[in-house]
Amino acid sequence: MHIIDRRLNPGGKSLVNRQRFLRRARSLVQRAVRDSLKDRSIKDLEQESEITIDRGEIHEPTLHRASSGGNRDHILPGNKKYVEGDELPRPSGGGEGEGGFQGEGEDEFRFALTREEFLDLFLDDLELPELAKKRLTTGDAQGVRQAGYTTSGSPSALSVGRTMRNSLSRRIALKRPSSAEMKRIEEEIARLEAVDGNHAAEIETLREEWRKLDRRRKLISYIDPIDLRYRRFEPTPKPVAQAVMFCLMDVSGSMTEHMKDLAKRFYALLHLFLTRCYRHVEVVFIRHTDRAEEVDENTFFYSRDTGGTLVSSALEKMLEVVRDRYSPNDWNIYVAQASDGDNMTSDNPKTVALMKDQILPIAQYVAYLEVGREEDPLAGGPMLRPTDLWQAYSALEDAKGRFVMRKVHHRREIYPVFRELFQRRGAAQRAQAA
Amino acid sequence: MTAKAAQPLFEGNDWNFDVVQKIYDTVEQVAASELALDTYPNQLEVITAEQMLDAYSSTGMPLLYKHWSFGKQFLVNEMMYRKGMRGLAYELVINSNPCINYIMEENSATMQTLVIAHAAFGHNHFFKNNYLFRQWTDAGGILDYLEFAKSYISSCEERYGQAQVERLLDAAHALMHQGVHRYPRAQVRDLKAEAQREAERHAHQEKIYNDLWRTLPRGKAKVATAADDRRQQLNLPQENILYFLEKSAPRLEPWQREILRITRLIAQYFYPQTQTKVMNEGTATYCHYRIMTALHEQGHITEGSFMEFLQSHTNVVHQPMFDSGHYGGFNPYWLGFNMMQDIARICVDPTEEDRQWFPDIAGHGDVEGTLKHIWANYRDESFISQFLSPRLMRSWKLFKLSDREQESSLKVDAIHNERGYRELRRSLARQYDISWQEPDIQIVDVDMAGDRKLILEHHAMNGILLDQADADRVLHHLAYLWGYEVCLNEVSGEGGSVLKEHKAKPESAKAKLP
Repeated sequence: MHIIDRRLNPGGKSLVNRQRFLRRARSLVQRAVRDSLKDRSIKDLEQESEITIDRGEIHEPTLHRASSGGNRDHILPGNKKYVEGDELPRPSGGGEGEGGFQGEGEDEFRFALTREEFLDLFLDDLELPELAKKRLTTGDAQGVRQAGYTTSGSPSALSVGRTMRNSLSRRIALKRPSSAEMKRIEEEIARLEAVDGNHAAEIETLREEWRKLDRRRKLISYIDPIDLRYRRFEPTPKPVAQAVMFCLMDVSGSMTEHMKDLAKRFYALLHLFLTRCYRHVEVVFIRHTDRAEEVDENTFFYSRDTGGTLVSSALEKMLEVVRDRYSPNDWNIYVAQASDGDNMTSDNPKTVALMKDQILPIAQYVAYLEVGREEDPLAGGPMLRPTDLWQAYSALEDAKGRFVMRKVHHRREIYPVFRELFQRRGAAQRAQAA
Repeated sequence: MTAKAAQPLFEGNDWNFDVVQKIYDTVEQVAASELALDTYPNQLEVITAEQMLDAYSSTGMPLLYKHWSFGKQFLVNEMMYRKGMRGLAYELVINSNPCINYIMEENSATMQTLVIAHAAFGHNHFFKNNYLFRQWTDAGGILDYLEFAKSYISSCEERYGQAQVERLLDAAHALMHQGVHRYPRAQVRDLKAEAQREAERHAHQEKIYNDLWRTLPRGKAKVATAADDRRQQLNLPQENILYFLEKSAPRLEPWQREILRITRLIAQYFYPQTQTKVMNEGTATYCHYRIMTALHEQGHITEGSFMEFLQSHTNVVHQPMFDSGHYGGFNPYWLGFNMMQDIARICVDPTEEDRQWFPDIAGHGDVEGTLKHIWANYRDESFISQFLSPRLMRSWKLFKLSDREQESSLKVDAIHNERGYRELRRSLARQYDISWQEPDIQIVDVDMAGDRKLILEHHAMNGILLDQADADRVLHHLAYLWGYEVCLNEVSGEGGSVLKEHKAKPESAKAKLP
């Protein structure tokens, strides 16, 4: 009898089947992921999650009998009071005694997605370019640097210089006959053969010597596996830093659910992006009508408030929080503001001044997202008069790429807001590499 | 009687490979002395929970080709496991030679003992001896065949594209239940036996020869029609749909036929399992109960671990009653184990009633011999219809409900009394009869001269029709494989009148036709 320990076998035997299943149910899963965003905090986007999809398309049909109709007999245990001939009312809903409770609803199929799968689908939904997607989905940001040499590695990492140096020293140490030596003997033989006279014995000794050397050359190879050296790389952590992200949002009555949903996606993506760049990211939610307050995430997205609209109140509140808790010397500050563009006209100058003189100097990046209704046919068209806030902010847009403003009507338009940010980061990396 | 062991095999929950080896050796010894079991050689494999989930999703086989449906299965099981809705099995055993037993690393030492007794001896004996397994499965070759199937299908994926192969497998899976031969085909005869038979028949003819027969008037010979010829050439009617498609579908490529064959053979391999669920689990449970009890008596396991065993055993053989709210059909462990215990009782300590009902086994004393005979020669249906005793029916208080379509209420047809025993037993056995449980579907004809329409019939027993939505989907798969229109008629089993018709055409019929 054999006992075999299989525990160390590589896991993930079902991974391929799992991927095939997800691919097959992709459209369903994608919809489910989109829906599930409503119930998730933007901060735990990165955790595993359960989603529910419709069974329809992934159902595997077989030929089997219907669960109702026709004449059937059932044998059941546990008779307490029935005698032959008793009649019982037919229980509603299908076959008596068989199955009945499968735990969950028949039409729904619930399962867990891993973090990578979820992110992939989430980002896919936003129609991110592949490269950006890759940066966001790969785990901890880590760079590689060269660190010495090693005796094994991939062919592409072969260090020719090192290898040849080893080869040369080994050939010298083992006294491998050089090709010049061989050539000298060959020439000597040729010379002796060319001149008249009986040099047969001499030629034979030379030939013998040539053969000896040739054999030696064959035994001591020019490059031996022990000469090989590869460049070695080791992962190095990227510089660690911390960042705080301010989410500002207008919650007055004019903001619809759709607008808030767009804003939520935007914040989620920004958060995701920041967690890639910084080890520690904090999020502050500030909502405002005509006055601003700091709230938790749930209140931020889902509770309503009424009142006028004073954008400057939110900016003031934010500056207050910065003064209290997030010194610009220790924190990278990111600001994301979402609004439908309403503001009291009289408030505009104050808002712009706050933004320009106090916020932009301390912030890494400020994004203003003007969300519109999805169904708006003229959305963003030239016919539409720019909103008050848009007009006011337009003056700020140069600001060395730190201030970005966009109008967004559909979730696919969210990503371009980030483009500048990614581009800047890519350029920085290239500069570093050079 | 064996003397008491000096010290138990293990104390506490921990085990290591030496302990498992020791447990196995002791269990083997006890199994031989108590029950004299006849088993394939065993191979124990220790696996993790994740690997158990992997094994679950590939229908318990250690290797299988790739298909999305197994991924779906994995997700279902994983979800259930995570939520704690379902624990994992403690073991999984594969009908192969050598017999592979998966045991989980989380099991305590007592559970490993139980698992070894249950799977490595109980199931193993059943696999090796039961006639259905001997007839239908090739325990020695199954792993090699699966290996071949896996690499063949993956090479097809490389050559013809994953989408093509997936489409084909979807269709084949839908028809898998209709891909088994239910009756063994005739053995290939050898010449010598054949000659001898011929000689015997000839001798018999000579013996009964009587000139009078010649004078009998002869009726008209039945003239074979063209349709009969055609059916005979195509081996129709045929209930093994996959087999028919593999041999006769006009549009399939050779590799497609081979893949149909693979799914068909795998379905055939599982065919005995579905018919012997009660007996298989009953045998294993009975064996582990006997072995564990013997181990305890001989002092190989401590009182504590015997208690642990009893608790787990009781859970396994628990049967909720129909009105308890947890009822989900009969628990095969409970049914099989209790019936086997009862048979053992009848052998040694029969009542007057038992003598009447089971004259040939009552009181003859040979428990092991009787059980081994039963394990070898019965399946669930015949086992229940032969050996369910009135005593058990009484203690379980069985009753029969009949559900007639025309009537508005259900009627209690029989209860556990003198008049009801036979009826109860017959009906319960029928619930395990595969030819009653699976719909009777056959390919009856092909319109070869016309549009090559494939015609199938479902003989609807008791007026129970096929599930409409599923039948239509499966028919689409079938049309894809056949390449032309297919038509499934549901005819009533009693009168032969057509109750319902399903039709399907291949999806890209127009694109495909020249």
